[in-house]
Amino acid sequence: MDQTIATIPWLLATAVAIRNETATVKTFTFDVPDWPGHLAGQHVDLRLTAEDGYVAQRSYSIASASGTGSHIDLTIDLVADGEVSEFLHNELRIGDRIELRGPIGGYFTWSPRQDNGLLLLAGGSGIVPLMSILRTRALVKSERLARLLYSSRSADRIIYREGLEALAALPNGVILTHTVTRGAPPGWKGERSRIGRVMLTRREFTPAGHPDVFVCGPAAFVETVAGHLAAMGHPEDKVRTERFGPTGE
Amino acid sequence: MHVTRGFKGKRRTDATDRARLPPGQYLTPEFPVLTAGPTIHTPLDRWKLALQNGGSLVATWTWAEFEALPQTDLQTDIHCVTQWSKFDTRWRGVTIDDIFRAADLAVPPTGYLMAHCDGGYTTNLLVSDLIDGRAMIATHYDGLPLLPSHGGPARLLLPHLYFWKSAKWVRRLAFRDKDDPGFWESRGYHLRGDPWREQRYHGDP
Ligand SMILES: Cc1cc2nc3c(=O)[nH]c(=O)nc-3n(C[C@H](O)[C@H](O)[C@H](O)COP(=O)(O)OP(=O)(O)OC[C@H]3O[C@@H](n4cnc5c(N)ncnc54)[C@H](O)[C@@H]3O)c2cc1C
Repeated sequence: MDQTIATIPWLLATAVAIRNETATVKTFTFDVPDWPGHLAGQHVDLRLTAEDGYVAQRSYSIASASGTGSHIDLTIDLVADGEVSEFLHNELRIGDRIELRGPIGGYFTWSPRQDNGLLLLAGGSGIVPLMSILRTRALVKSERLARLLYSSRSADRIIYREGLEALAALPNGVILTHTVTRGAPPGWKGERSRIGRVMLTRREFTPAGHPDVFVCGPAAFVETVAGHLAAMGHPEDKVRTERFGPTGE
Repeated sequence: MHVTRGFKGKRRTDATDRARLPPGQYLTPEFPVLTAGPTIHTPLDRWKLALQNGGSLVATWTWAEFEALPQTDLQTDIHCVTQWSKFDTRWRGVTIDDIFRAADLAVPPTGYLMAHCDGGYTTNLLVSDLIDGRAMIATHYDGLPLLPSHGGPARLLLPHLYFWKSAKWVRRLAFRDKDDPGFWESRGYHLRGDPWREQRYHGDP
C-alpha cells in the first residue's frame, strides 16, 4: 500500500460562530486554516486538553457541505453529564481554540460524482452527516431522487428543521418525511411512530432503482432500521451505516 | 499539544484505570455496536469456518466440529478506534493456536493472513498478532452465545489491537504472501492498529 500517505495531523480550530439548533443542540462553526477539505459523511476527531495534560477525545460528523473551504460546522447534541458535549455547550466561546484532526472515514461517504439516487434515514443527531450529504447535493443541483426519513423524539427536537424545509423546496429537492416517536403537536402532518417496514414501504424506501442508502443515529436505531432495509431486499453493500457510539437514547 | 481554555474534564476514571486506557481513549460502561452495514444473521447449520492457504483449503469446521475444539476463557480490555474502551470483557472461544493445531499446522505457512466475513468484510492481520495466546475466535460473550449484533455466531478477538481487527461474523482465514489492506485498512485506517501507539489512521506512526 502507498506508504507516502501523510499522517492526518492535529489542527488548531478557532470557534467563529455558535448557534442554537434546538434546546439541546448547537452548531459550532470552526475556522481551520489548513483544512484539507472533506467528503459528505466524514467526521473529525476532536481533542480537548486540560492544563495538566488530561485529554478527552471524541468523534463528530461534519455538517457542512463537502468542499475545501476553511470553515467546517459541527452540530452537537448536549448529552447529560457528557464530558465533551457539555464543555462545548457550556464553556466554549467564540475565539476559543480546540484541536481536531480529519477528515476521517472512507466508507460512510457520498460524492455527487456517483449519484445513484439517495435514501437517507436519520435518528436524532444522526441527521448531521446526512445534512452534509443533502447540502452537497443541493450545491451541485443534483437531479436524482433523494428521500429523507428523519426520526425525532418530538417536534421541538428536530434539528435543522427550517434548513431541511428549504432544501425540500428547491427544484429536485429532497422528499422529506419527519416522524416523531413521543407525541405529535396539533396539526402534525408527518409520521407518528418508530420507523418500521410499513412506514418504509409507504414512504417508498424500496430497493427499486438501486439507490444508495445511508442510515445514521444511535446504535439501537441503526440496528433496527438497517435490519428492516435488509429484509426489504436492499443489498448489504448498498446500505451504509454509522452508529454514534455510546450516545444511545 | 494545545491547552483548551476552561477545560478540566470529568475524570471519571482513577489513576489505576487511566493507566489501563491507551492514549485518546475513554472508558464506557456500555458495549456499543459498530458495523459498516446491516447486522448479518447466519444460521448455525449453514455456518462453516475455513482455513485457507493460497488457493487450497487447509481445513474446515462445521459449527458442531468447531464447538468440539478446546474452549478458552478470556477476560480482557477492548479498545475501539472511535475512542471508547471497555474493561474486563469476558469471552469464550477457540484460540488461533488451537485452530492451527487442529489443522495440523505446526508452522504457519506465511506471516500474513486475511480474515473474511459474512457480508464481505475483510481485515488484514499479522500471524504474529494471532498466535501465542493473543487471539481467538469467540463464540460467547459474558457467558452467553454471542449476539449477531456483536458478531455472533463467531467473531475474531485480538484485544491488543483496535477492535475493528476483531472482525464480526468471521468465516474464513486465508494465509497470504503479503500484508494487503482489508476493508477499513483500504479506507484510511491503519494497517496494524495498535492502540498503545495510537495507530488509528493511515500514516500514524
Ligand atoms: C463517527 C461518530 C460520529 C459522531 N458524530 C456526532 C455528531 O455529529 N453529533 C453528536 O452530537 N454526536 C456525535 N457522535 C457522538 C460523540 O462522539 C460523543 O459520543 C457524544 O458527544 C458524547 O460525548 P460526551 O463526551 O459528551 O459524553 P461522555 O462523557 O462520553 O458520556 C456519554 C454518556 O455516558 C455516561 N458515562 C460516561 N462514562 C461513564 C461512567 N464511567 N459511568 C457511568 N456513566 C458514564 C455519561 O454520563 C453520558 O450520559 C459521533 C460518534 C461517532 C462514533
